[in-house]
Amino acid sequence: MAVIEAHDLRRTYKTSTGTIRRRSLEVEAVRGVDFAVEKGELFGLLGPNGAGKTTTIKMLITLLIPTSGTASVLGYDVVKDARAVRKLIGYVFGGERGVYERLSGYDNLRYFAELYGVPGKRIRPRIEELLELVGLKGREKERVEGYSRGMKQRLHVARGLLHDPPVVFLDEPTIGLDPVGARELRATIASLTEAGKTVLLTTHYMFEADALCDRIAVIAKGEIVAQGTPADLKAGVAEGAVVEVEVFGIPDGTVERVRELDGVRAVGVEERDQAQVLVVQTPADVELTHAILGQLDGASVGRVSRREPTLEDAYVALVGESE
Amino acid sequence: MRAAVRLLALGWLFHLKMLSRSAFDGLLGVTWPLFFATIAFFLFRAGGGEQTLLYASLGAAVMGIWSMTSTSAGSALQRERWHGTLELLVAAPANFALILLPLTIAMSTIGAYCLVATLLWGRVLFGIELQVEQPLLFAVSIVAAVVSIGALGFLLAVSFVRYRFAWALGNLFEYPVWLICGFLVPLSLLPGWVRPISWALAPTWGVRAIRESALGGSPLPDVLLCLGLGTAYVLLGVLVLERVLRAARARAVLSLT
Repeated sequence: MAVIEAHDLRRTYKTSTGTIRRRSLEVEAVRGVDFAVEKGELFGLLGPNGAGKTTTIKMLITLLIPTSGTASVLGYDVVKDARAVRKLIGYVFGGERGVYERLSGYDNLRYFAELYGVPGKRIRPRIEELLELVGLKGREKERVEGYSRGMKQRLHVARGLLHDPPVVFLDEPTIGLDPVGARELRATIASLTEAGKTVLLTTHYMFEADALCDRIAVIAKGEIVAQGTPADLKAGVAEGAVVEVEVFGIPDGTVERVRELDGVRAVGVEERDQAQVLVVQTPADVELTHAILGQLDGASVGRVSRREPTLEDAYVALVGESE
Repeated sequence: MRAAVRLLALGWLFHLKMLSRSAFDGLLGVTWPLFFATIAFFLFRAGGGEQTLLYASLGAAVMGIWSMTSTSAGSALQRERWHGTLELLVAAPANFALILLPLTIAMSTIGAYCLVATLLWGRVLFGIELQVEQPLLFAVSIVAAVVSIGALGFLLAVSFVRYRFAWALGNLFEYPVWLICGFLVPLSLLPGWVRPISWALAPTWGVRAIRESALGGSPLPDVLLCLGLGTAYVLLGVLVLERVLRAARARAVLSLT
């Protein structure tokens, strides 16, 4: 039995537009998601903003009821056995929300330890262990409002682990952290599976998924478009090539024009300092550099290169195909 | 059972600590009692008599408990939404009623401070003497009023979980309850059809118990009615809470601010 299972999971939101003439709308945030996470696995749900990652995770942690489909954690149904599921999971999300700012880090942990049912005698030693683990030892008596973003994030992680849950859900935990803080947090996340925990991580950082995850599901527009190990996903685009063109001010409509060129599989744009980099995926045996440069309408061009695809390219191709 | 009592006590202390660090609530705590004591004094000065003034002053003091609870219960839930902690509270394995109840009782406890401050302002500014005939029953009456008003706040807070704009209701109920529960005006002066509503509201019996014990009378029946109604509010809240939470999860309103 898999630790986390989702079968044809769907979630629709009802919303409305207009002030006087209101019109109801239905938005399908998650459209039939299927996956299974095995014991001790670090499984990544990778996708762009609005792909349905957070909605999926919120259904799994019992905060949202699925519109249809089923999901379970350690055999417990997330709708029917919500309380049993809550005892077995930890939930950490990114950003600065989710803490009581006027109180100290210690008070925050003390309160949640009680809510998570940590036995009275275990509370103090458990908080001490976690403060040590997340590097907040010595700062726990300070009010959280004075913490840096990274410290608040580490406090979140400590909170999510208070009751030593066998399953941990991490929703974009490194979002907004500086590189050093993010690296430290990734090391902490990696140590969770070493301790035997099963982890589901959502992220839109490819390198993070590549570095941490045993398996990845790429989600776009509410659907899983690919699933496998990072190596499997890279293999999907391994026979291709990537042309990168540095442009100083991409003219309007360039991406659309390049996308229509014969042989182009996916097109993306990355911002780099003063320039943008047009990233074009092509088959390995097709040379499109000149054709791409011909679509730039005389814009100032910097470095042009051709390289082998990475996991990020695989991701861009997969997400691009779903559009 | 022990764990539930522990959770209630710790949650109460936790929220009390947090509320006591709020500049907004602190400001209300200073200005409201002054305002209430002034109302009481000017309304009853014409009536004359030390007893009448004390009667009004005690009513005004209970206004503080109610106002603090009715307005703060909504804003506290709203604050939990803004801070993203409401989802964490719901996702915790503890019974949500045991999480919510200490929050509202902490508010009415802060309101109890309003009671003391109102009586003090009345003494300092207007010379209203507080002579309590039955001090022990007076203290019991105050505790009963605080707990049952907290329980009424809990019932309101249950609706705030589902309807994010319901906090406005808390403000809406603030003034009518002052009148309906006889904080300032004796119930006998109100129209007959209002009285059944008054009887169903615990603050009516809470303020009566406080007055009876201070001015000399038999407050025990009022204390029991007050606590009985408080218990009924909690039971009703607990009964509907699971359904309310399920609706909130189905309609995805927990994370909305």
